[in-house]
Amino acid sequence: MSITYLDAIREAQEKALRENPRVYIYGQDIATFGGAFKATRNLAKEFPGRVLDAPISEDAMVGSAIGAAIEGMRPIVEMQFADFSAVAFNQIVNQAATLYWRTQVACPITIRLPSGANPGSGPFHSQTLESIYSHFPGLVVMTPATVEDAYTMLLEAVEVDDPVIFCEHKFLYNRLKSDALPQSNLPFNTARIARAGRDISIVTYSSMVHEALSAADLLHKENIEAEVVDLRCIKPLDIKTVLESVARTARLLCVGESWPWGGVNSEVITSVVTRGFQLLDAPPQRINSKDTPIPFHPNLWGAHKPSSQAIAAAARRQCAW
Amino acid sequence: MLDTLNRPRREPVTSVSREQFTNAFQWMLLSRAVEEKLASLWRTGKIFGGVYLGKGQEAVSAALGVMLKPGDIFGPLIRDQAGRLAFGELPIDVFRVHFGSQTGFSRGRDGNVHRGRPAEGYHAMISHLGSLISVVAGALLARRFKGDTAAIGATTIGDGGTSTGAFHEAVNMAAVEKLPLVIVVVNNQYAFSTPNTRQFACQDLADRAAGYGVEGQSVDGTDLADCLETLGRATERARAGYGPQMVVANCLRLTGHAEHDDAFYVDKGLHQTPLGRDCLKVAQEYLLESQWANQKTLAAWRKAAKTQVEEAVADAQREPLADPGTETWCPYATAKIADALLVR
Repeated sequence: MSITYLDAIREAQEKALRENPRVYIYGQDIATFGGAFKATRNLAKEFPGRVLDAPISEDAMVGSAIGAAIEGMRPIVEMQFADFSAVAFNQIVNQAATLYWRTQVACPITIRLPSGANPGSGPFHSQTLESIYSHFPGLVVMTPATVEDAYTMLLEAVEVDDPVIFCEHKFLYNRLKSDALPQSNLPFNTARIARAGRDISIVTYSSMVHEALSAADLLHKENIEAEVVDLRCIKPLDIKTVLESVARTARLLCVGESWPWGGVNSEVITSVVTRGFQLLDAPPQRINSKDTPIPFHPNLWGAHKPSSQAIAAAARRQCAW
Repeated sequence: MLDTLNRPRREPVTSVSREQFTNAFQWMLLSRAVEEKLASLWRTGKIFGGVYLGKGQEAVSAALGVMLKPGDIFGPLIRDQAGRLAFGELPIDVFRVHFGSQTGFSRGRDGNVHRGRPAEGYHAMISHLGSLISVVAGALLARRFKGDTAAIGATTIGDGGTSTGAFHEAVNMAAVEKLPLVIVVVNNQYAFSTPNTRQFACQDLADRAAGYGVEGQSVDGTDLADCLETLGRATERARAGYGPQMVVANCLRLTGHAEHDDAFYVDKGLHQTPLGRDCLKVAQEYLLESQWANQKTLAAWRKAAKTQVEEAVADAQREPLADPGTETWCPYATAKIADALLVR
């Protein structure tokens, strides 16, 4: 049996629908068609009336999910692409994120954001928006990097009493495979050491975990042992695990696919520098996508996002300090 | 004499009972008393931030409020004091929120019109107009999932709010789902300072209903009897499964956008037209004409409303205000997250 990252997302939703009558899914083309990426394949048939096609109205999709959550439901909203969540930005950051703070009524909604680029997707079907949603108090932002995490963290997202922005990476959908559906025992708000090492901490999340692991393989051949920290959840951020890693390696390299300005990498570096400056033997570095819209042509796209070679090169410079 | 829709003033509406009319009228009176007090507290610096009043819109708001039943869902907007009271809000809770009292619904975290009891079906608006409509629609969707087919939902919006994308998305979505949602558009001629002519180009906002495939009608927002009859019909139609209902009430905002706004931009001539009538005075005349009340009864009701407001203010003023020392500063409901934040 081979389970892909995408299968894991579908299976988690099936389990949530089966076990919790309060769960329903709302999104564009998700019922008969099974979703643009088939993440809800056959679910409408299996659970009649609980997997609903939405009009092209991201604002109303999220607004209605908030209203349903107030009434005790556990809605899952599928954005067709993370990029389109911009249309629902107001409902997410002003309505959902503030609800509990303002009213003491929880807002347990899960918004699935098919994120990140595939070759040829261009500026409006490629974005990774975890940095921007993390800025808002009250939101939980998950960025699973493995088949196991895609499954267990999505199930946790449905159980969480706050609005969850679930950033699932499209590049991983069919490229990551697992033999079975193993459940991770790690709580969603805990980072994970994806690979142990002693020379440098590469702190990353989502698809970039795999680029970082490839970089660590390259570095290993040069006798540099990189430790790869998979943040798993961007908000809340498990800075303790990061600090413990930096305490072991004394070097920090942050890697993220989102844009550089004011993002997850900046937050991790600031937290480490302000709390653990004395742990560092070299100035922390970060690698992001280039600070431009995401290009369409694979030649440009390949150079736009962080690569294992770029990560390895940055790590070498760090270790030579 | 013409009404706000340029129709001859009609004969007294016969479908409205004395009990229904006097009930709604008393909510209007109480609302006016609450708001006059809010304005005076604001002028004396006792209230931080804005004070937004519904003077001139009490008839349509109260009429909507009295048509809702326990278990229904209500998403009011900024000029719905009358409807909020009719739906069950206590005057003391109005003052608590405006003062930022610790016993208030939001304990000083949010103020003035951003209040409600969402878990009880009384939704707390945010400032982004149009965004509450889909929330109420979603609450109705949840009721459908839970098998509650008796409840309806109602929400209000102004003329300006109909220009938002959120309004369009939500009304369309509610129509697609055939939800029992009553959308009351109060056209009070101005969105803050922007007149209708700079807001929309259609003849009548109610014409938009047909475009969404929902039932729409216009009503004289200054005429309580008309409002009661029209909203009675709209809420009945929603309850009976005819899907969303749009009611456009025409009136004039008889106050500034907020108390800091003297509304110098309002065309003074409008006050002389049927739109500019004070719905409270129109309702009083109706009561006297139909001999459902005399001057003595009206005076007694006014006094009772005023006393209720004075007592509520006195009680609310004795309560402790928001306190940064006892504030948790935690925006998360999830125990696992909150525990970690609170320890730190």
